[in-house]
Amino acid sequence: MVGLATTLGSGAMTNSFADLKKADLYLVTGSNTTETHPVIGMLLRHRARFNGAKIIVVDPRKIDLVEEACLHLQPKPGDDIAWLNGLAHIIIQEKLYNKPFIEQHTEGFEALREKVSHYTPEVVEEITGIPKDRLIHAARTYATAKNAAILYCMGITQHSKGTDAVKAISNLALLCGQIGKPGSGVNPLRGQNNVQGACDMGCLPTVYPGYQGVAIKEFKDKFESAWGVPLSDKPGLTVVEMGEAAYEGKIKALYIMGENPMVTDPNLSHLKKAYGKLELLVVQDIFLTETGKLAHVVLPSRSFLEKDGTFVNTERMVQRVRKVIGGPKGARADWEILCELSSRFGYPMDYQDPEEIFEEIRKVTPQYAGITYARLESGGLQWPCPDTTHPGTPFLHKGRIVRGKGLFVPVDHTPPPEVPDKDFPFIMSTGRDYYHYHAGSMTRKVKLLNQMCPESLVEINPSDAEKLGIKEGDQIKVIGRRGEFTSRVKVTEKVSRGVIFAKFHFAETPVNLVTNTVLDPESKIPDLKVSVVRVEKC
Amino acid sequence: MRITINGRAIETAEGATILKIAKENGFRIPTLCHMESLIPTGFCRMCVVEVNGLQNPVTACNTPAVDGMVIETDTPKIREIRKEVLKFMLVNHPLDCPVCDKGGECDLQDYVYEYGIEKAEYQVEIKPKEYRTYSTSAIKYHPNRCILCSRCIRACREIAGREVLDLIETGFRARVEAVRPERCISCGECLAACPVGALTENVSSLKGRKWQAKRVTTVCGYCGVGCSLEVNVVRDKLIKVTTREGLGTNHGTLCVKGRFGFEFVQSPERLNTPLIRENGGFREASWDEALTYMTAKLKEIKEKDGPDSIAGLASARATCEENYLFQKFIRAAIGTNNIDHCARL
Repeated sequence: MVGLATTLGSGAMTNSFADLKKADLYLVTGSNTTETHPVIGMLLRHRARFNGAKIIVVDPRKIDLVEEACLHLQPKPGDDIAWLNGLAHIIIQEKLYNKPFIEQHTEGFEALREKVSHYTPEVVEEITGIPKDRLIHAARTYATAKNAAILYCMGITQHSKGTDAVKAISNLALLCGQIGKPGSGVNPLRGQNNVQGACDMGCLPTVYPGYQGVAIKEFKDKFESAWGVPLSDKPGLTVVEMGEAAYEGKIKALYIMGENPMVTDPNLSHLKKAYGKLELLVVQDIFLTETGKLAHVVLPSRSFLEKDGTFVNTERMVQRVRKVIGGPKGARADWEILCELSSRFGYPMDYQDPEEIFEEIRKVTPQYAGITYARLESGGLQWPCPDTTHPGTPFLHKGRIVRGKGLFVPVDHTPPPEVPDKDFPFIMSTGRDYYHYHAGSMTRKVKLLNQMCPESLVEINPSDAEKLGIKEGDQIKVIGRRGEFTSRVKVTEKVSRGVIFAKFHFAETPVNLVTNTVLDPESKIPDLKVSVVRVEKC
Repeated sequence: MRITINGRAIETAEGATILKIAKENGFRIPTLCHMESLIPTGFCRMCVVEVNGLQNPVTACNTPAVDGMVIETDTPKIREIRKEVLKFMLVNHPLDCPVCDKGGECDLQDYVYEYGIEKAEYQVEIKPKEYRTYSTSAIKYHPNRCILCSRCIRACREIAGREVLDLIETGFRARVEAVRPERCISCGECLAACPVGALTENVSSLKGRKWQAKRVTTVCGYCGVGCSLEVNVVRDKLIKVTTREGLGTNHGTLCVKGRFGFEFVQSPERLNTPLIRENGGFREASWDEALTYMTAKLKEIKEKDGPDSIAGLASARATCEENYLFQKFIRAAIGTNNIDHCARL
């Protein structure tokens, strides 16, 4: 998000699904689309099989989508900036870039040209292991496509240099003028149902709703007058920083609504100690989660089928969530709990229903000003939607990049903070499974899904397995710098030599005991894709 | 170009099929094997229409309209052909509507009724086809109800891109078979495509007919695609999730989690009362008690260590309205910007 906000002026997905059908080429990187966004995965397969669209997959793993791809580049985890710069270099060298677009809509081209000139195909091959002829083929295919869309996900961003990698992606799209038109763009796929909405609503330490900065006086004044109280202009802490501050005794109370950090966050044993130091930990959820078990107070809430409201999907589409059933009698909707809590705390909140809250959101969030519950009755609306006659915005940067001019930001490859050595010879990456979702709080309680995928299986390359004397189904121990866990193993060509892959949905196989809390300096996203480990047979 | 349907002249662009143009202009042509999102095949022959100058009727779903065509969609001859088509389907298909999951929302049931067929007229001495396990435990295949329209096979190939299913054997023994079961991802596109009760949902123990169930359109609670769901409820209990072509960004498509992953909502493990930690364990508490405790503790910490010693984590699972209130509470009531959520994980 930070990366695209810098280069383009908006951090969201530039295009929409309907519009992605118009692309002739999809560059998919760091997104296991068919498993984590299955319906988009199906769309990509369909486009490749029935409409002649091309797919280039760049991923350390041989993901399912590779079977539809014309080309698969397989870098090591953490080497994304190198191959992205390499593509830009080839495109510039072979003069395949979009000169009129660059002149009219961008700035900083010369600086980019200078920077990427060091990333020759030979250099990139040495860093990433991608054969140079394949890189050249990929560069030509992307640069000569009529409409080319880049799709990426956490495989790009969950690195200590994730923001820079996003900038490198944006550079590539700007270089070829693949932005601001149908079937193109830079499209970060948001992982969770309402992660876009939570960001839009200002559940971030630096911004109010609508990405209005807390440190900017104009916005602070605006929200002070809207909410009737003085507000702090000091940016707050991010999720991983909160854990650290709790450990140091600087955070005394933590209120968690519907999250389960004790499964999803990196370096879990450290986090458990940190939470143990809190004077007050409140967890509000639909189940007693791993995090809830550490709490002082647990509040039962309602699921998405038991309340009204809105979710915003990854294409910025605001859609109505409707109450379908009543739910457990003793549970309350999060908004009801918040109203009562705030009122008891001395800051009265008195909303009759979610629509009344939405009306307030519209008033303070310019992107949402034109969206009403009544309009959402006939389907979703994509923000920005500045007034009630505005049809919504299917793709951003149309005719003019939001920032004014798209900014080329030259970035450099540096090795990840952890590199394999003789004690820890493997890189471990973490990710998701098709049958499960995030912390597993929901999917682990569905019989069918547990039947389909009952347990964690750590993936290892056959040649590595042979060397270690490991066979399919064996129990292995994965030992990292911060902790260890045991799991059964799957021997597969999906991962390349020297890399293992683990899924983090399973509380009984806490892969996040091993992962790294090193943060990207700008986005504060932890480096969950590169932790060095060694593997032992149990 | 200009064509005529049932005596009405229609100006239309070239390239569309007779079915599409007829539909757009309000003429109803019955279909069984046709689906908006699949490549038309003309398999079932329910959509036959007469075209002036052609000796035999043509299938509307896969015949492009051309300039000057004069089309009749509902003549006695056409109705007779459709009736025969239905009668042939009933050779295989048992009239077991009272025990079938799809009773009340079955295209075949509706057409048999509409065309006034009162019994399965043609009888053939054949052994009923036997049940076999399907490619996923989420779905059951009833081979004797199958009308071999191939919608499931095509949905699996064209929508899901998995090619699990195919037709095997011929004549009266023909059936749909999971020929590549290892490629099945239990997405249920085949189930959704079945126009009759040959494929039925095998996940929920609760059932309800279409007219007994309340069907509410909402958004899926899993990934960021934001698929539209129709949640089917009978007496405040979830029975199944459906969706339909033309609805939301997913246009009728879902994955295994969206279609079959709702059991957790009614899990007996759901929290039903606030809990307060006591002596290393939890005890049940009233809302009043829990909120009183929490409020007092928050006030005490705010006073003692300042607002920045308090932090909140909102949720990508909660609604916008709830996330808005959460950050408002943290910012306006507590007085800190220590607010984040799991966007980074």
